[in-house]
Amino acid sequence: MTQHTTPQRLMTGAEIFVRSLIEENVEIVFGYPGGAVIGIYDALHDISDIKHILTRHEQGAVHAAEGYAKATGKPGIALVTSGPGATNTVTGIADAYLDSIPLIVFTGQVSLKLIGNDAFQEADIVGITRPITKHNYLVRDVNELASTIKEAFYVATTGRPGPVLVDLPKDVMASKTQFSYPQTVKMRSYQPHAEGHQKQLTKAIELIAKAKRPVLYVGGGTILSNASEELKKFAHKTCIPVTTTLHGLGSFPENDELSLGMLGMHGTWYSNTAVHYSDLLIAVGARFDDRVTGNTETFAPEAKKIHIDIDPSNISKNVKVDVPIVGDVKKILQQLLPSVTTLETKDWLQTIKNWKEEHPLRYKNGKYIRMQHVIRKISEITNGNAVIVSDVGQHQMWTAQFFKYILPRTHLTSGGLGTMGFSLPAAMGAAFGRKDLPVVSLSGDGGIQMNIQELATIREHNVPVKIIILNNGYLGMVRQWQQLFWRKRYSHVEMSSPDFVKLADAYDIPGFRATLTNEVDDVLEKVFSTTGPVLAEFRVVKEDNVYPMIPAGQSYNEIMDVPEKELEGLENESTEELELMTVTKG
Amino acid sequence: MEATQLNAESTQRKHTISILLENKFGALNRVAGMFSAKGYNLESITVGPTEDPSVSRMTIVTRGDDAIIEQIIKQLNKLIDTLKVVDLTYDSYMERELALIKLGTTTENRPEIMQIVEIFQAKIIDISHRTVTVEATGSGQKVDAIVKMLKPFHIKEIARTGRVALKREFVGEV
Repeated sequence: MTQHTTPQRLMTGAEIFVRSLIEENVEIVFGYPGGAVIGIYDALHDISDIKHILTRHEQGAVHAAEGYAKATGKPGIALVTSGPGATNTVTGIADAYLDSIPLIVFTGQVSLKLIGNDAFQEADIVGITRPITKHNYLVRDVNELASTIKEAFYVATTGRPGPVLVDLPKDVMASKTQFSYPQTVKMRSYQPHAEGHQKQLTKAIELIAKAKRPVLYVGGGTILSNASEELKKFAHKTCIPVTTTLHGLGSFPENDELSLGMLGMHGTWYSNTAVHYSDLLIAVGARFDDRVTGNTETFAPEAKKIHIDIDPSNISKNVKVDVPIVGDVKKILQQLLPSVTTLETKDWLQTIKNWKEEHPLRYKNGKYIRMQHVIRKISEITNGNAVIVSDVGQHQMWTAQFFKYILPRTHLTSGGLGTMGFSLPAAMGAAFGRKDLPVVSLSGDGGIQMNIQELATIREHNVPVKIIILNNGYLGMVRQWQQLFWRKRYSHVEMSSPDFVKLADAYDIPGFRATLTNEVDDVLEKVFSTTGPVLAEFRVVKEDNVYPMIPAGQSYNEIMDVPEKELEGLENESTEELELMTVTKG
Repeated sequence: MEATQLNAESTQRKHTISILLENKFGALNRVAGMFSAKGYNLESITVGPTEDPSVSRMTIVTRGDDAIIEQIIKQLNKLIDTLKVVDLTYDSYMERELALIKLGTTTENRPEIMQIVEIFQAKIIDISHRTVTVEATGSGQKVDAIVKMLKPFHIKEIARTGRVALKREFVGEV
């Protein structure tokens, strides 16, 4: 009798799905089961290679996957059921799309023959997410499943990263075929290229050599391409000061002399001033977003502009540039480094230093707690060695301003979409991926309540997230706009909250509260000495405004630094108690 | 005010863009959706198979100034299924549109209609006691012209395609 090779066992789509994730080295999946994915969950049941985290809402799953992806650099994975499960992922997907976060979202779908029938829990999620994904797929044949998953990971993580959705009909996942995972992907229609064009590089080098007042304007693309080391070398070799966008925070250490902190609407006074008077602006993995430029007509009016970006559609989209270089930031900086020389920027740096002294970030510390103070204290306690995950609003801007970032992938926030409710689940996801640093979630009283259900997930897995709630009883940023631009008509911005400490107790999470400035240190001490999850609520000054501010769509000339009268303190605070606190980046 | 409007309009131009893309489910939707999501003008869009069954050709007629057209081309290239995008506008290219025009007729006006059809090298493809249906092909301008010429007669229905176009090949001096 001749010996036959054993034919490979046929696998269901669900088994192939799980095996494909293992092939992609997925260690964690954030998800929520349901009817259309019950087969997939059955296949996941015995798998120890993949940790599945049951969130308490599908939106939480996607934000957790985003936080994991941003903090680790690996793609984030979410798995949800069809219909409402799928539609609940939409906000997170849109968020990841605007912030270029590599995600693969797997959604269950009703069986192929039921698609279009208004079947139970049916939603055309591929149609819904088409404009908010980098690409999406409906798998119509189990024989295409493995190659589609391979392609989805490839598309999500290469070029300009982004979310990819894969819709998995129930019957496809139940049908069987042989499993073989492709080792390579070749897509004739999608071939991102990393290297910059030599002709453009030469032009850039010439412009850089001539610059007298250059500024590096660095965005999240630098972190996405892991180019912080190259950026540091480039800035130090050329002696060019560095300002970062909200997403660029951490790409360049803010304790470096060349750091200007953040630019834009709520950027530092000196970074916006430096950009305004610069004669060369080098945009590195940044996209001239409206929160950075204000009025594009008057943005950096004297500067020649070099723009390094992997996405050609970002070039000359908002601001016309002189030298575009399309490619990966890391690769292009490596290409530029040998050819750039040290510039004579001593005078320019001295001018900037004077600006820093004249207009530092500042607030007055009094009896009642300023958010700025809590954030500054967290910065001091951790010395920049923490993953800081902010939500959206005033605290987000102060978190960008008053924390000194020194490491890439330590500042996570929803920048593009501005998704309230991002911080708590994203911090949870980050904490699953990063065991080396403490993870701090900062939210306002508004944002925390948008995904507060994830406290249960955090408790269940004992995720060591330090949850900071900065409670001013207002939707503070909207209130600030209403105060400044809408004649102080506070329309539906005041809100009450539950007792957050009692709530923490209900979730079996230790909770602390500070209502006066002199209690802040003590509460933060408790927060940072607690292992496992911990929550602290800071009752902060109700009406406080974020400065500096360049109002939306306006020019640099309209910049407002903190008005003296707003530093004076509150009516029931004695002025003797007030202490001027300043923070300067760089 | 009027002058600036005129200026703004003068920089606008009609463009014919030819796209080759993977013949995959939803490809037309991705392109049309991108136009509406970004607020770009879309005058016509046609899609059909090519010599390679895995590839579709889409022909788009759009309008915009140089910056907008540049963005449209970049955004089309950004779609994962896109293989190639060519703006034919500045090249020499062939374009065709097709119209079916159903006219209500009488015995008196039929000869005149047939004359017009002949001049435009169009065809009558259906006839009844009270109607004729004309098939006209040609450039958009030519199809516009025959429709205009037939307007005085009773146009009952029109079905028009969008534009299809291909680049002309260069013929050197003989």
